[in-house]
Amino acid sequence: MVKKINFQSIFFSFFFIKEAFAAESGGMPQLNPEFWVSQIFWLILTFGIMYLVLSKLILPKISNNLETRKSQILENIEAAEKQREDSDAKLKEYDEIISKSKLEANSIFNQAREKAIKDISAKREVLDKQIDNEIAEAEKEIDALRKNAPNKINKIAIETSSELLQKLIGAEVNNSSISAIVDDLSKRNGDKYYGN
Amino acid sequence: MAANPMSQFDVYRIGPEIKVGAFDISFTNASLFMILSTVSILLIFNLGSKKNSILPNKIQLLAELSYTFVSKMISDTAGSKAKPYFAFIFSLFMFVLFCNMFGMIPYTFTVTSHIIVTFVLAAFIFIGVTVIGFIKHGFGYLKLFVPSGVPAVLLPLIVVIEIISYLSRPISLSVRLFANMMAGHTMMKVFGGFVISLGIVGGWLPLSFSVALTGLEILVAFLQAYVFAILTCIYLNDALNLHH
Repeated sequence: MVKKINFQSIFFSFFFIKEAFAAESGGMPQLNPEFWVSQIFWLILTFGIMYLVLSKLILPKISNNLETRKSQILENIEAAEKQREDSDAKLKEYDEIISKSKLEANSIFNQAREKAIKDISAKREVLDKQIDNEIAEAEKEIDALRKNAPNKINKIAIETSSELLQKLIGAEVNNSSISAIVDDLSKRNGDKYYGN
Repeated sequence: MAANPMSQFDVYRIGPEIKVGAFDISFTNASLFMILSTVSILLIFNLGSKKNSILPNKIQLLAELSYTFVSKMISDTAGSKAKPYFAFIFSLFMFVLFCNMFGMIPYTFTVTSHIIVTFVLAAFIFIGVTVIGFIKHGFGYLKLFVPSGVPAVLLPLIVVIEIISYLSRPISLSVRLFANMMAGHTMMKVFGGFVISLGIVGGWLPLSFSVALTGLEILVAFLQAYVFAILTCIYLNDALNLHH
């Protein structure tokens, strides 16, 4: 009950401040003017000192701190941007160098290949010529041999047949007659063996 | 005495009575908590502004966040013209906030639960804003009471209402803060009393209410400081940028 009355007096006092003054003693200490002057005095003193110290000393420092941080961050961002651009340029340069050297390597390789091909073909020509020469010589030799072969064979045939006749008959036979016969035979057989 | 929920608002003398002329300016518990609040504000913000490291430590972060919070609040509500009054509004916000928050500690005294304190602050703001308005706009400041686009028939009525609303600003500003703080603290005290009177059996319910109310009151303590500061900004905005 007591509390309820207290609350009522609180709410009434908003509307009837003057009446509340009279009945204050049991009600709100806020409406007791005994320490009003003291509270005003101390409020002005403390708040005033706090305001002065804050506005003159502390707040400028904080704002300065914030400003320097902001500018420093901006500077850092700028520096980072610049470095990025630098590295981009360097990357481009590097790429260029790489592609240039690739081209160079390609051209060197091509030149080397061409040169090698040329060398090879030159050597091959030389070798071909040598081989041709040798083949031609060999063919000549063969031809010569082939031409001489019947004569030699005839000679051998004449000698063998004269010796053979000598052993068989025991009489000397004229070489020229034998050679005429052998020539005749070899001509006929030569046609058969060589196909000329 | 402890059972009376209003006794927490009692102001009493600490030390001897100090009198200047007819005025009693003795050091009281109210003065003690004003000094405590201002000293802790100065301490925190001094520590927070001492070192300027790129990566702020906790207390520096706290100071800088408060700074940007208040400066954003001012620029949002009163524009860039209100910059010279930043320090005052910052001090005001911090003072009210710290007084409110100190009041949340048990056995402390809440400075802002006294109408005379909030009224002096509000009256100072009211007078200051009015003076600024007249300096900036001369008698043109009186246009504040004549809203544009109002039919001529209604104008006399509107002007009277505007003048009354303007004059009631300090009262509404001071009573809002004082009543919020007083009501909240009284309620907590009442629920605390219930805990004692209902004892171990029934005291749990009001205890849980008390716990919830403590959270709510901390929110109110912040919110009222914010409202006080933002209303100051709005009044300042009226004086600086005459819209009406």
